[in-house]
Amino acid sequence: MTPASPKEHLICTIADLLVGCRTIAVGAASPIPAAAAMLHRARERMAGGPRVRISILGSVQHNFFTNGSAELFDSAAQGRIDAFFLGGGQIDGQANINLVGTEPYPETPVRWPGSFGSSFLYFVVPKVILFREDHSRRVLVDKVDFISAPGVSDPGTYRPGGPHALVTGKALFDFDRDAGRFQLAGLHPGHDLQSVIDNTGFEFAKAVRTPNTPPPDADTLELLRGEVLETLTETYPKFVDQIQPG
Amino acid sequence: MSDALMTLSEIAAKIESGTKLALPVDYAGVSMAVMPHILAGTARDLDLVCVPTGGLQPDILIGAGKVRSVETSAMTLGEAGGAPCFRRAVSEGSTHIRDATCPAIHAGLMAAQKGVPFMAIRGLIGSDVLRHRVDWKVIQNPMSDKADEIVIVPPILPDVALFHAAVADSEGNVLIGRRRELASMAFAAKRTFITVERVIEGSLFETEESAAGTLPAIYVNGIALAPKGAWPYGLSGEYETDSDALLSYAKAARTQEGFDDWLNTYLSEGARS
Repeated sequence: MTPASPKEHLICTIADLLVGCRTIAVGAASPIPAAAAMLHRARERMAGGPRVRISILGSVQHNFFTNGSAELFDSAAQGRIDAFFLGGGQIDGQANINLVGTEPYPETPVRWPGSFGSSFLYFVVPKVILFREDHSRRVLVDKVDFISAPGVSDPGTYRPGGPHALVTGKALFDFDRDAGRFQLAGLHPGHDLQSVIDNTGFEFAKAVRTPNTPPPDADTLELLRGEVLETLTETYPKFVDQIQPG
Repeated sequence: MSDALMTLSEIAAKIESGTKLALPVDYAGVSMAVMPHILAGTARDLDLVCVPTGGLQPDILIGAGKVRSVETSAMTLGEAGGAPCFRRAVSEGSTHIRDATCPAIHAGLMAAQKGVPFMAIRGLIGSDVLRHRVDWKVIQNPMSDKADEIVIVPPILPDVALFHAAVADSEGNVLIGRRRELASMAFAAKRTFITVERVIEGSLFETEESAAGTLPAIYVNGIALAPKGAWPYGLSGEYETDSDALLSYAKAARTQEGFDDWLNTYLSEGARS
């Protein structure tokens, strides 16, 4: 079997972060997180683990809600969603995310789609995984231009949820909610510490030696290339065409 | 058939200048069939409410210069990319944007549905979304003895809700299935107009199964027949989204000139339907 491509490696890195999650929601335009959630579900099933449920926004087949688009937010408010994914045009060192655009607001010179449910879900979902493939100083900034949702809140603010980790095309960071900053936790194959430092616009904590994020084993890769991509096709046909080998 | 049956142009005529118009998310049933008739008319200064996000439909209305403001949690063409006319209009300041977050839109509709002056919602505190919304307030949770701030949002009261569904019956009831946001829109709006794929004889209330997914006729002010009326969007259980058509729109509308050309073609084709 050919080794994991960079995108396949990302899917597997994110799937590893979902260990222990039983109910996972995936937002719009998120093929890699959706694939990761499906891979996690498939692995739990193979291992005889607890049943994992996934709801993918915009999918008909992978949608366990019957109360319209409000139900995702209501169920998250009730604490029923274990994990969710957010991205952002900008992400800063305090895990603030910007899905709206560059300064000045509202006449943003560069306008992104908008905050979606982030201003709410970031507060109530226990494990929010930030994902942005583009690891550059354009995206990973010192301070976001617009806060769609803050990374940390005052102790008095109701906040059972928040950022758990940040996955980029180069690396994996953990987020320390008490310190309010990222810690470099792993480098993807082919990337080194210097290129992460050079391409990150914020300060982050790092160990003396950062390990590599582990490559998937053969069983995981086989699951991903078979069952998972097949299931993903309904929602993300173009993405599946792109990453399917050969 | 019921006296509620209208033509597409009669529905379009109900959307007058200054109308606050609620439109559904792209997968919930978008009434694209009415669009050529709205675009050919003189209505302008529309205040759009996207429930809870928008796509092709509001983008076209913005590109055609018919929109004064838009309240939305996001605007996107999905896999086809960003909404080009929206981006242009926001950057130029020609359309007023009221950035929201999905559950705040649902909460506003819920407040309207219940006839209460506000609905409370968690999250948002510390965000710039909240900071820019002067109509949203932060209050102390009146039920708690401890310090506990919470956001309240006012009711969203659209003049008109417009969407597309698969089936209406001869009494004017409409099957919306699990797309309950369509019911929220209809509950909150003064008037609701719906295009449908087909009208069936009999009543959707005849069986419990269909009654459970039915929007009762008391919330429906008019229905028009429009087979494939969501195109190029799909309709759940009926047909798929035409991704190529969305992509070609996204490409054409990158410039205002390109959008204008696209619109001319769209209108000349729409006039034939």
